[in-house]
Order: sequence, then structure tokens, then C-alpha cells
Amino acid sequence: MLEQADRARFEADIIPHRDAAYNLARWILRGRAQAEDVTQEAFLRAYRSFGAFQSGNARAWLLQIVRNCCFTWLQQNHVAEEMTEFDEQTMPPKPENPESLAMATDDRERLQRALEDLPAHFREIIVLRELEGCSYKEIAAITTRPIGTVMSALARARQQLRTLLTEPVQKGAIRDL
Amino acid sequence: MTCDLTQTRLHAYFDGELDVMSSAEFERHLESCPDCETRLAAEEKLRAALAGAQLYARAPETLRRKLQTSLPAAAVSPDVPYVKDPKTSVEKSWRWLAIAASLILAVFLGTEFMERLNRYSQQQAMAAVIVDAHLRSLQPGHLEDVISTDQHTVKPWFDGKIDFAPPVRDFANDGFPLLGGRLDVIDSRTAAALVYGRRKHIVNVFVEKAQPGDSQNASGELQGYRWISWQQNNFTFTAVSDTAYADLDQLKQLFLAP
Repeated sequence: MLEQADRARFEADIIPHRDAAYNLARWILRGRAQAEDVTQEAFLRAYRSFGAFQSGNARAWLLQIVRNCCFTWLQQNHVAEEMTEFDEQTMPPKPENPESLAMATDDRERLQRALEDLPAHFREIIVLRELEGCSYKEIAAITTRPIGTVMSALARARQQLRTLLTEPVQKGAIRDL
Repeated sequence: MTCDLTQTRLHAYFDGELDVMSSAEFERHLESCPDCETRLAAEEKLRAALAGAQLYARAPETLRRKLQTSLPAAAVSPDVPYVKDPKTSVEKSWRWLAIAASLILAVFLGTEFMERLNRYSQQQAMAAVIVDAHLRSLQPGHLEDVISTDQHTVKPWFDGKIDFAPPVRDFANDGFPLLGGRLDVIDSRTAAALVYGRRKHIVNVFVEKAQPGDSQNASGELQGYRWISWQQNNFTFTAVSDTAYADLDQLKQLFLAP
């Protein structure tokens, strides 16, 4: 149990990041129901270990717990997820065709699907950077990776996202959310 | 700088992560490298698309509520703007001032005032206990022990479980359908909890044997939950919900009506 003062600090510093927590979980897990459960679980864990968090970046601290809970969930539920680290084989880099990039970017549904079709570690990094606006340093802290790894992963994640957006639409691939 | 080597550098530039020197160096490179310029434009386009697609998923209301109820005894107030440390210390010093003030007042006004003050803080403590019990009941599987909309099923269910017979009535016709009942413990006293629906809200009505010191009529609000209590036929009733005061008052009138 937390002391009264810690509890107040938890409410002031951690609880306000519930949107960030849920958003990250929603994209890593690719589903709203799972995201709700796992976010709740993550907050409970955060609450229990809050005594160990004294100061620093509260959002990064919380998001690290959230993403760990998410990847544990994916493993436990045997989600056919590319658990491989950022390996080059996930998709061979294709020569890019800038003209064809005109296509899918104004289509929200396609963007959503393309983002969900990225490997989990790439989804995570795109969400943290583009939706959450995290700095490289924060992403490195959240994902517990060296900054250099974050940088190259981000470059590859973006490239793969663009490739997915330039590919022809596959029918019936829209995920039910 | 060859362009293969600048891939991550391009992204770092794009993300504003290069220091001034490196940024300037990269910008000089851009002027002479149409390839990098195209790539940069593509990144900008992708970012604009992601930003424009409103992909950010905010925590839904159900989760906000869950976070409120699931954190052990943590009083999470919904959407109250937070001011950090300064406020806490200000609050603390106010609390000290308040204590000092009440001591001085006690000297001047004697014990009656203190008694009233005591009663007030007891009421506040009671409110916390009531709201906690309500929140606890909203957790999955905690709401009802006996699920029935029939008062003739719910009423006998309490027989033998508690040493009093709570008045169990269904007010479905008045917009408060009885959903069930359960046993609860409020401040170390056994209570019969009657569960009512009110549109999409849940109302818990705790019924206890009245004791000296129970307040005759009281109401309050805590963490967005409202409660009112009253006495009737030697029972103390406390209704609590996130619904409007008017609803709780209406329910109270229904109980008070013969």
C-alpha cells in the first residue's frame, strides 16, 4: 500500500497519462478490449511499484510498464506476432517509388491497417514517435534499447509503413475493431 | 556523406534530434542531394498523413472508471485538473492552519463547537466508506449476491443472513427497477445492500440498523459520486450513485412513501 503522499503523487503524475497508456496498448495489441484490460493491469503494476519511482519522466516510466504488459500478453495469448527483434528479413527493402506515394495516405482506414500490419516492435516505435511525440531518448527508455537501435528501427519502420501503403489493397483484410 | 550512411541521419534531422552543427551539415548535404530531398518529402508526407488520420485512441470512459475503482483505495478523481507539488504544500500548510485555527476556536467556543466539528469529519469519513463500498460493488461479480427483480425473492434472501429484515421494494414503475441485493459491511456494521438501476446508472442503497450518532439527514459528494442518507423506521438508509442528486432524492421519497 502506498502512503498518502505517494498516493497523491501517483494521482497527480501517473493517472493523467492514461490516454498515452491506452493508445500504446491499443496499437501494440491491435484491439480495444484487450487494450483496456492490459492498460488496467499495467496501472495496477505501476501502482504497486510506484514506491520505486522517485522522480523523472513519469510518462516514460508508465509506458515502459504498459509495453511490457502488452508484449507479455501477446506471448501468453500466442498471438501470431513477429516476436523477432528488428531483423532485416521482415520485409525486404524495396526500391521506393515516390510517385506512387500519392495513393493511400489520405485514406484513414488504410493507414490504420498498414500501421497494424507492421511488426509489433515497429508499430510500437511509430506510435511512440508519431502519435505520442516521444523523443528518441524517451523511446529508448520505454523500449529499453540503445538510441542507435531506436534510430535504425524507426527508419526501417517508416520505410515498411510506406511500402505497405503503396501495395495494392488486399480484400477482406480489414481488421474488425 | 554517402546517402546510405545518411538514412538514420535523415530521420534524426526530420525528428529534430540533430544538434545545430549536424543539422547545418545535413542541410548543406540536402542542397546537393535530390535523393535525400525526395526522401525527406516522403517522410513529411507520411507524418502529415498519420497526424491527419486521427489514429490516437483515447482511453474510453469504461477504462477511466475501471482505473478509478481498481486502484486499491486510491481516490482517483476523474478529470480534475492537477496542479503538482506547489498545491500539495499549499494544501498542507492550509491543513496546519486549519488545525491551529480549530484549536484556538475550541478554546474560545468550548466543546460544543468541537463536537459539531467532529461530527462533520465523521460524516466525511463516512462518505469515503460509502463511496468505497459502492465502487467495490461495481467490480465484476460483486454487485449482487441474489439477482432478482422480484422483491419477494430478494427480501427472504436476507433472512438468517442478517439480524434485521430490510424493507425491500421494487420501484420499477417509478424508474428504479430493483436489480438484486447483497450483504455488505459498512464501517464494521453489517448492511443489506439493495441494488437499483437508474437509466444506465447503478444505485446502491445500504440499509443498516439505526444507531445513536447516525445522522438524520445527510448528503454529500465524493469523487463524482453522490450520496444521501436518511432514517426511517429505525433503519439508516444510504443511497449512493453517480447519478444526479435529484434521482437519489426521488428514490428516497419513494422509500419514505407508504
